[in-house]
Amino acid sequence: MSDDAHSIETLVKTEYKYGFVTEIESESAPPGLNEDVIRMISRKKEEPDWMLEWRLKAYRHWLTLTEPTWPQVKHPPVDYQAISYYSAPKQKGEGPKSLAEVDPKLLETYEKLGIPLREQERLAGVAVDAVFDSVSVGTTFKDQLAEKGILFCSMSEAVREHPALVKKYIGSVVPYTDNFFAALNSAVFSDGSFCYIPRGVRCPMELSTYFRINASNTGQFERTLIVAEEGSYVSYLEGCTAPMRDENQLHAAVVELVALDHAEIKYSTVQNWYPGDEEGRGGIYNFVTKRGLCKGRKSKISWTQVETGSAITWKYPSCILLGEGSTGEFYSVAVVNNRQQADTGTKMVHIGRNTRSTIVSKGISAGQGQNSYRGLVEIRKGAANARNFSQCDSMLIGARCGAHTFPYIEVKNTSSSVEHEATTSKIGEDQIFYCNQRGIQTQDAVNMIVNGFCKEVFKELPMEFAVEAQKLLGVSLEGSVG
Amino acid sequence: MSTPILEIINLSAGVEGKPILKGVNLTIQAGEVHAVMGPNGSGKSTLASVLAGREGYEVTGGQVHYRGQDLLEMAPEERAREGLFLAFQYPVEIPGVNSTYFLKAALNEVRKHHGQPELDAMEFLSLVKEKMKLLELRDDLLKRSVNEGFSGGEKKRNEIFQMAILEPKLAVLDETDSGLDIDALKVVSEGVNKLKNPTNAQLVITHYQRLLNYIVPDFVHVLCDGRIVRTGGKDLALDLEEKGYDWILKQVAVAA
Ligand SMILES: Nc1ncnc2c1ncn2[C@@H]1O[C@H](COP(=O)(O)OP(=O)(O)OP(=O)(O)O)[C@@H](O)[C@H]1O
Ligand SMILES: [Mg+2]
Repeated sequence: MSDDAHSIETLVKTEYKYGFVTEIESESAPPGLNEDVIRMISRKKEEPDWMLEWRLKAYRHWLTLTEPTWPQVKHPPVDYQAISYYSAPKQKGEGPKSLAEVDPKLLETYEKLGIPLREQERLAGVAVDAVFDSVSVGTTFKDQLAEKGILFCSMSEAVREHPALVKKYIGSVVPYTDNFFAALNSAVFSDGSFCYIPRGVRCPMELSTYFRINASNTGQFERTLIVAEEGSYVSYLEGCTAPMRDENQLHAAVVELVALDHAEIKYSTVQNWYPGDEEGRGGIYNFVTKRGLCKGRKSKISWTQVETGSAITWKYPSCILLGEGSTGEFYSVAVVNNRQQADTGTKMVHIGRNTRSTIVSKGISAGQGQNSYRGLVEIRKGAANARNFSQCDSMLIGARCGAHTFPYIEVKNTSSSVEHEATTSKIGEDQIFYCNQRGIQTQDAVNMIVNGFCKEVFKELPMEFAVEAQKLLGVSLEGSVG
Repeated sequence: MSTPILEIINLSAGVEGKPILKGVNLTIQAGEVHAVMGPNGSGKSTLASVLAGREGYEVTGGQVHYRGQDLLEMAPEERAREGLFLAFQYPVEIPGVNSTYFLKAALNEVRKHHGQPELDAMEFLSLVKEKMKLLELRDDLLKRSVNEGFSGGEKKRNEIFQMAILEPKLAVLDETDSGLDIDALKVVSEGVNKLKNPTNAQLVITHYQRLLNYIVPDFVHVLCDGRIVRTGGKDLALDLEEKGYDWILKQVAVAA
């Protein structure tokens, strides 16, 4: 044996393969935030007055708030006046009417990322909306979806084309008063996806949005809204990457889901924003508010997330279980390596009778990463027979990382039941050695062990993305053991 | 004589500066079965760990040649791919990793190493079926995660099943008999015997003469305090059973 006696703690560089920059002329707002900037954003997007008014109200409210300090993360203060709040690839004249008019450089970027937008090269059966910096680049399969009455477009377009729907639902799940970052997002949100599934329609394909931050010194503030009418079903996937840059960039998104009677929304995220280098320089601050409202009877919202990127992740995809017999699910894999920090989890708020929720969280910490699970299970007085099951498992790779669990449970109804299980394990040197002794090298062994650990979550992902997620996990943990 | 499968020359090794093996000499030729016996804590498992290349075990002196190569220079996975197999005294559980998947990955690593094509799922399954008969293994075990929730005996049987699949050149069995009931002991020993051929060898660590009724050794070695203090034929095990280790230790003391 050579000098790798403490190899499990040896860290080498993890390669981030999406770290390229696209050379494209962009039009950015000067750094800083004030009402004029918000008016400019709204004007660029040709928004109706009510939208601008809403943004301004959110902005004024935001001014009264301070950044939350309770997450288990550390970072230098964010200078909100140093960020540019709008950046768009420069267009000559009118905006693109179809994909054929989109700048080929943008399409190339998405191809490099493995997301071909051109329909002839499409991923079979997945409709993609792509957001580049602040604007949507193009949505595929629009016509096919329209036949079924499904609306799937960028948020900007939705505000213009379907104002009544947007007005009815935007802010209905995450009001701008919700928290600091939600208020900021409501004031300056740039783009994002809008998706509406009419009554009784089962969306025939996966809907997917791909987010890309390209310009430097800009924040990305997208806003996604999904409404599933009575008896409908949709499965939606979101993916994200960013170039490698030395400075930190802010990503403060809001996602709102509304499921009416018997409707089901399955929302999957594979988050791979640039995590910073091994010294902790650069990387995305991912401060996100995601919440689903199970408004109707027997409705169901299921969040599945695989979080491998970002310098700091702060996100709690939650379910408000209002409808009688509604179901909320949260399946999460969060990986931190090098100096990454994650404070993530969920809130399940049981309001209706016979509501059910399941939480499965798998946290993996390597390097000097810090991983916290923070979860609230709240059972309100009227939630007779509510049931929750939570399972939070942490795995540590090496001795310099950390795992923390903060479960909050509030039960105000005696007929309900809440179960919580938590485990922490170290990836055993004896497990790795067992694999080595069967001819499997250490990095493959780690991947195998970690994938085994995450199995319950991966099986919730749509097939093709489960494979993707497994690969991503391998890349994220590259070099976590020697 | 042809190159031995294993040649251990004056091997010393320890953990965290504590000497455990203090000059072990042992040569194993192809076709041979060797048994190592000895009191608790004498260094039997340590010897197995050093041979397999476990982290934390420092070799402080001596040499080990494995089929003409310097074993101590090889990474643990390389040793495995070159046909050195350790049946663990305490096999670990790997939750969420399917047994069949694991074993297929292991076999394909060996095959790749030897420039052979990897087996696909169908080919692998037919191999599994064939080997399963050998060990009367219940097939539901292979559908479960590696060793997870297996009983003590099932874990041991599974180790030998893996050996049957991987067909090693040198199998080191560390107390494979402990935890097996009488019937299982018979089945597992018969399995081990069927895997024996003139080109491979077995090193069997045990406390009980009983196992050696089934797996009949050509040589029995007694390891005490990190040294092989006595080597004999299969009858040595019978003497030990009757007289205990004290008998040998006294003789060694007198001779010294
Ligand atoms: N990793 C380790 N750390 C500290 N001490 C160790 C370690 N491994 C072995 N030892 C010590 O080395 C000595 C030999 O242990 P070993 O496991 O090789 O004995 P053994 O002959 O296999 O015993 P048994 O018959 O009980 O299995 C014991 O005193 C043991 O405590
Ligand atoms: Mg032992």
